[in-house]
Amino acid sequence: MTPTSSPFKPEPLWKVRVHLFLGAARRNWALFAESKIGLVGLGIIVLFLLMMAAHPILMSTVWEPRVYDPVRGFDPRLVGRHPAPPSWAHPLGTDPIGRDVLSQLMWSARSEFALGVTAAVISVVIGTIVGAVCAYFGGVVDMFFMRLADLEMLFPFIALLMVLQSVMPLTLIRLALLIGVLSGFGGITIILKSQALTVKVKPYIEAAKVAGGSSWQIIRRHIIPNIMPLSFLYMMFNVTGAIFTEAVLSFFGFLDIRMSWGIMINTAQESGYLGAFGQYWWLWAPAGGAITLLCFAFYLVGRGLDAVVNPRLRKR
Amino acid sequence: MTEGRLTLEGVTKLFPVRKRVFTLKVRNFVHAVDNVSMGVERGEMFGLVGESGCGKTTTGKLIVKLLEPTRGKITVDGVDVTRIRRGKPLRAFRRKVQMIFQDPYESLNPRFTVYDTVAEPLGLQGLRSLAEREATVAEILSAVGLTPPETFMFRFPHELSGGQRQRVAIARAMVIRPQFVVADEPTSMLDVSIRAGVMDLLVALRRELGVSYLYVTHDLAVARYMCDRMAVMYLGKIVEQGPVEEVLRNPVHPYTRALISAVPVPDPTVRRDPPDIRGDVAAPIDPPPQCRFLSRCPKSGTVCERNNHPDLEEVLPGHLVACYRARD
Amino acid sequence: MPLLDLQGLTMQYRTKMGPVHAVDDVSLAMEAGEALGLVGESGCGKTSVAMTLLRLLPDNAEIVGGQVWFQGVDLLSLSEQEMRRVRWGGISMVFQAAMNSLNPVYRVGDQIVEAIQEHQHLSDRQARARVAELFHLVGLDPKLMERYPHEYSGGMKQRAVIAMALACSPKLIIADEPTTALDVIVQDRILRRINEVRTQLNMSMMYISHDIAVIAEVSQRIGVMYAGKLVEVADTVTVFKRPAHPYTIALMSAFPSIQGEKRPLAQLPGEPPNLLAPPPGCRFHPRCPHASEVCTREEPRMEKVDPGHGVACWHPQGRGRD
Repeated sequence: MTPTSSPFKPEPLWKVRVHLFLGAARRNWALFAESKIGLVGLGIIVLFLLMMAAHPILMSTVWEPRVYDPVRGFDPRLVGRHPAPPSWAHPLGTDPIGRDVLSQLMWSARSEFALGVTAAVISVVIGTIVGAVCAYFGGVVDMFFMRLADLEMLFPFIALLMVLQSVMPLTLIRLALLIGVLSGFGGITIILKSQALTVKVKPYIEAAKVAGGSSWQIIRRHIIPNIMPLSFLYMMFNVTGAIFTEAVLSFFGFLDIRMSWGIMINTAQESGYLGAFGQYWWLWAPAGGAITLLCFAFYLVGRGLDAVVNPRLRKR
Repeated sequence: MTEGRLTLEGVTKLFPVRKRVFTLKVRNFVHAVDNVSMGVERGEMFGLVGESGCGKTTTGKLIVKLLEPTRGKITVDGVDVTRIRRGKPLRAFRRKVQMIFQDPYESLNPRFTVYDTVAEPLGLQGLRSLAEREATVAEILSAVGLTPPETFMFRFPHELSGGQRQRVAIARAMVIRPQFVVADEPTSMLDVSIRAGVMDLLVALRRELGVSYLYVTHDLAVARYMCDRMAVMYLGKIVEQGPVEEVLRNPVHPYTRALISAVPVPDPTVRRDPPDIRGDVAAPIDPPPQCRFLSRCPKSGTVCERNNHPDLEEVLPGHLVACYRARD
Repeated sequence: MPLLDLQGLTMQYRTKMGPVHAVDDVSLAMEAGEALGLVGESGCGKTSVAMTLLRLLPDNAEIVGGQVWFQGVDLLSLSEQEMRRVRWGGISMVFQAAMNSLNPVYRVGDQIVEAIQEHQHLSDRQARARVAELFHLVGLDPKLMERYPHEYSGGMKQRAVIAMALACSPKLIIADEPTTALDVIVQDRILRRINEVRTQLNMSMMYISHDIAVIAEVSQRIGVMYAGKLVEVADTVTVFKRPAHPYTIALMSAFPSIQGEKRPLAQLPGEPPNLLAPPPGCRFHPRCPHASEVCTREEPRMEKVDPGHGVACWHPQGRGRD
């Protein structure tokens, strides 16, 4: 084979790939930025991230750890007056056992993110692989995983977790794994499988077969990359689901977690302050608002991504 | 002399269709390809012509082993394709036989650059080191007319026109130097001013690389331009086969005649006779044993009704026809 | 007075990247009873011309200039309601994908009856008789009126759609690639039927196609379009035998035929231009073998090289050459 006659001095391949990747990232960002709701969602998420980052800084500078520790703190100056309404010292007041609500709120953001993202990544990785495999091979494999998904979707998810917590303590990591695995084999497989089915019938799959590609090579190189955008989209929606589940479970006190937004409301409820609804609003409103807002934010980002993933939604 | 030669012997492909008659499940079969035998010589351009649903694409897919025949034997280089085991032998077969697909918009992975697409067969076959691959890809891109290659290598399909995409698809098929290529209507979706270029490219590659083609098309004019010999298919059967000019000038089978006279001619001074044919095509679901063309044939007689589908018989050297009334 | 007269019709699509000049300064006249073929490659604006004159454009399209005179009325000045009447009784259209436009859950006959009754005050019985008549006209058995679309073959559906287009006896029918998805034998039958019906009803037809062989068979006069421009207009025999525009010449010799001598096909270098930024001067000059300096600078206007033979080219070929 003769070398090419053109004076073609190629850039190293990896460099070209980095260029291409950056170019694609820029184009996708432009598409995403077109949808205002996506940007709003992203803004809210960034706000929560800043809150999360600010907490350790505040703790080491302004906030006295003995008073402001989200789990063990107690403000002795207000003994007998807890739960105290908002004041300069406690912008969102204190809870019934004297802890600072704002500190709790900020500290919990970290675990909410960790939980939501871990669970979503796990479920989407499982969903993508299982969906692609089911679509490609069909038959018994497909049947098995689809029936499993049906079962999952019909199963009372939260009840199952309640039962599990009586067998073993549900820490944050365990909860993230459980939610991830359980929802990974659930509805998301069905959605990603149907997407994979539309990819599977494309002639480039046949072309890859004719070129000598094995089933796994085709799934890895052609099918999975082409359903990834949708996976990514569902990842956003799954973060919402995971945070919600956590909130419900810790509200009922089923989780072995030291502090979270759900536990904040749980504390208020346990000590009987939830009954007088409007009176002790700082006990439940900040945590409830944070849960709602963060879930909403991920949902909005998902909607924004939808415009990137589905060309049909794009404006000309 | 079996090198580069393709033969089909009694190849049949049935697709099951399920129907429900009351609560009884009935399994019927579409006879997509029915007892087809033919041979393509080394370096030959063989046309497979017919209307949509006649089984021409299915035949192509059987040859490249995208589908397995229900019955019959396909050989390439004397090796029975249907018995090739997975793994190494299959990969070796894939090196010899490639396919070009119809739709250049769907046959390229939208997330692959031109380089990724064209280098993929090299990678899957484990040919060439990574460093050599780039030079090989550049070389084949110039050969298919995408010059200078470095301006095309890292573009995505959506940045290319239809004609350029089809050239990329041709480069992908040719990069591993196959002996035999199934071209499934490679120009039918291209614009006229682009089409001639792609057709001439396929002819040039045949000369330069010594490949043989099975050229699947619905367009008799394209078959005439491209091919040496051709076979006309109707409902899964080859009804006529022979050198292209011979078949076009002296069509014997009534279906071939009808088909030829239905092709519009780009010359307003020519007046065509209406094609002599009745009715519409029906899907070949468990067809009766008689001649497939019986219900539409203007020449059918008792001999056609009493006997099974006729075999291909030579009417002139190299010119085969499946019709009882061929000599009338 | 011609039946249809397009004068300097110009239409753009607004896109994020800027305006796309889809139809640019197209002037064309059609007499009553005439069959005009509009030929060109995909994206050359031939369908856009039809959509523009019927005012069936998407939201981002804008008619920038020109007039459309139909029976002495400027269609561009009509209200949407008046336009709807024109689209039904005056000009009707058969799309390429029209056969998929039949509603699968209604009987085909009922759909056409309903369409007729929407526009004409006919009783059910009269309307059904009319549909039967139309079915007969397009070569469908009137018994098929009682069937559902899925029981029709592609060719039958296309005939039913043509019957629907003929329902209110339009003066002009616009057929946009009505046979492109069909096999040749079915195509042949439909083309023959269209020709018969057209002469029988003395109707005008604008037939849009990329296939010059089909155009040759159905039209008396041909307009050739390239990159949003009309580049040549003449009667069919002239376009085929003595084309003057280099693009038309290339187009004519790029088509293989099953008749006559087997000859090499003409190849055009390059690709049709991007209509976001069409080349200056003549839009064909980057691909033209005869391009000169003036072609890169100034846009050629449509000039008569012979009576009834117009060409937009600085260097018309063949008999039209100075």
